[in-house]
Amino acid sequence: MPDPPHRRSAHASSSDLQRYAGLFAERTQVMRSSAMRDLMAVTARPDVISLAGGLPDTSTFPAQTFAAQMTRIAQESAAEALQYGPTEGFRETVDCIVEVMGAEGMLPDPEDVIVTTGGQQAIDLLCKTLVDPGDAVICEAPTYPGAIPVFCSYQADTIQIECDGDGMRIDELEATLERLDGEGRRPKLIYSVPSFQNPAGVTMSLERRRRLVELARSRELLVVEDNPYGLLRFSGDPLPPLYQLDGGDFVIYIGTFSKILSPGIRLGWAVAPPPVMEKVVLGKQASDLCTSTLTQYFVREYFAEGRWREYIESLVGIYRERRDAMLDALQRHFPPQATWTEPEGGLFVWATLPPFIDTSDLLAKALRENVAFVPGQAAYVDGRGRNSMRLNFSAGSADEIREGIRRIGKVIGEQVELYGALTGEQPAVPAVAKQKSVETENVVPFRKAGEGSA
Amino acid sequence: MRVAVLKGGRSLERGVSLRSGARVEDALERLGHDVLPLEADGNLVKQLASERPDVAFVAMHGPGGEDGTTQELLEILGIPFTGPSVAACARCIDKVLAKHELRSAGIPTPDWFAFNETAFRELGAADALSGLEERLGFPLVVKPSRGGSALGVKFAENWFDVPEALVSAFSYDDRVLLERFVDGRELAVSVLGSEPLPIVEAIPEGGDSYDFEARYEIGRTSFVCPAGLGEAETAAVTEAALGAYEALGCSGFSRVDLILAADGPQVLEVNAIPGLTDTSLLPQAAEAAGMSFEQLVERILELALAPANA
Repeated sequence: MPDPPHRRSAHASSSDLQRYAGLFAERTQVMRSSAMRDLMAVTARPDVISLAGGLPDTSTFPAQTFAAQMTRIAQESAAEALQYGPTEGFRETVDCIVEVMGAEGMLPDPEDVIVTTGGQQAIDLLCKTLVDPGDAVICEAPTYPGAIPVFCSYQADTIQIECDGDGMRIDELEATLERLDGEGRRPKLIYSVPSFQNPAGVTMSLERRRRLVELARSRELLVVEDNPYGLLRFSGDPLPPLYQLDGGDFVIYIGTFSKILSPGIRLGWAVAPPPVMEKVVLGKQASDLCTSTLTQYFVREYFAEGRWREYIESLVGIYRERRDAMLDALQRHFPPQATWTEPEGGLFVWATLPPFIDTSDLLAKALRENVAFVPGQAAYVDGRGRNSMRLNFSAGSADEIREGIRRIGKVIGEQVELYGALTGEQPAVPAVAKQKSVETENVVPFRKAGEGSA
Repeated sequence: MRVAVLKGGRSLERGVSLRSGARVEDALERLGHDVLPLEADGNLVKQLASERPDVAFVAMHGPGGEDGTTQELLEILGIPFTGPSVAACARCIDKVLAKHELRSAGIPTPDWFAFNETAFRELGAADALSGLEERLGFPLVVKPSRGGSALGVKFAENWFDVPEALVSAFSYDDRVLLERFVDGRELAVSVLGSEPLPIVEAIPEGGDSYDFEARYEIGRTSFVCPAGLGEAETAAVTEAALGAYEALGCSGFSRVDLILAADGPQVLEVNAIPGLTDTSLLPQAAEAAGMSFEQLVERILELALAPANA
């Protein structure tokens, strides 16, 4: 039988690969993969309880609503929905975006909004617009693991600023800006997820939000506020987004429908001052011409129905229960030396273990117990985070979460005990044996905001 | 010929195995064989028993696929398979066992000590660690006894790094070894049947031989094949590699990893079923010997069906 013409030639040999390698752009040198990638491949096994992903729960979205809306689109707007659309996105989609942002107190000018293919594309386009190789980019430590490959692919010099329970340390940021100033450098952007941060689950305090915005204004620096989870608050009072505090001069905003509707529709957006937006639009044209028109029609229909807030409220109820299940299980099953954050919203808890535990290696052990998490190293550019882990509570049921945390706690306990045997240190008493209440000591996110760190 | 390709499995090298398997299937189809791709899961034995392939191509790496387990099942089913026998697989997968065999056979391998978890938990082995500095010196390498690629392999620069490195290594296996670090050129000799293929040298791009992860990335490590070695060096390395291959009872194919130190080669380990992906070393070596990937796959099949193996 002749070979199907579309198949890659089997003659792609090792030396071909070396030949391709000779053609690779310099930026691919810093695009890192690692042994961890192979580990993560195993987390996809169906028998694994995965606390690793960042998947929102889409199982409660009403199928009839979905069917009715898609049917209406097919009947009334088939030709348009199947056609290309404007690079900036449809005005109707932008109206929905303005409505969503309004729910958090923001009033963007529709002219400043671009619809993107997920929030991820917005990060990419902003870097494409702003970052030359070697430019300084500032972000939190830890930062959104998905932002790191973007910064790397534009060959940014990524500088991470420590977070504590109140978010990014603004004093450390100022010191870093001073240092860069001394070197005659100016960061091209300061990337932050201020609310229910991915991965740390922490929220930037109002005071720090104000200081960050003032700092950006006085130094004329751009802050990129990535806010996928702002509407997913389970407890505590809402805080104003940076965009609202700043008014949109020095804060560029990234939003997404992924966590409040569906990640599968790949719809996000950016709001930027007109001169920046002009370049972002050109960049998007080069990338993909326009975001899916079909899913933009879907969002338009969905918002016209006017029940999007109810759906978010139902998600908030589901996630709150799961977060509580996770925090309770952590208290029961993690050893006393572990600490973790207690998020008021979002999808993630960040746990930090004793320094002698490398969570990448721990993952291998955890996978034997059929449970997975994201090793903390994924949230740093410089190998830090080795003893931390990101735990997701949006994807699994409360029971799965409890069982998953129990299994992780078990393997941590074994490592703690082994380390004790190796060093002669007192083996730790497992948390469960102490019957602690769910309130107390382990819920110290990072250092609590102390003197001079506000 | 009806050829089953066994791939996947539950080991941490599942991803590599799927890539190896896919590439082998592709080559087998081109060679005109009737290919039966099989995921190594709970249905494997049932499928093999009902499909009755003429031969099984084992494209699995790590525990489960490379340690004799799958090979044993194939023997029970009476299906010829590629690569080393059950016993050879069992010896190669366990670095501690392999090193004992190598030393008995007079093949040079770096000094080491091995411990299992019980020794530390119940027998107070930690007190024996103090003898390490004198016997092995620093830096030393801490590895899980069974495990592939760079996973769980750590350098200990000094005494204080050891407990942490041990905790990491014990995440992968309940037995670990502490091995003297040998500085030198990193070489791999693939053996096909009983023939050594040209030697591959791995050269870390940044010159950082401590970065194990870099070794598995295109662009961060460059591979030279045939390695630029003198005649005497080539002979010494080849002799050590063939010696190791034979000492562990390998057949079909395998890959021997060595360090060429100032005082000669030292065998680190033997991979019973080395990777067969686009970037793997065995296919590179075969190519340097003038064999296409298809020819390599065909030869591996021939060896599996040769009377000596039957």
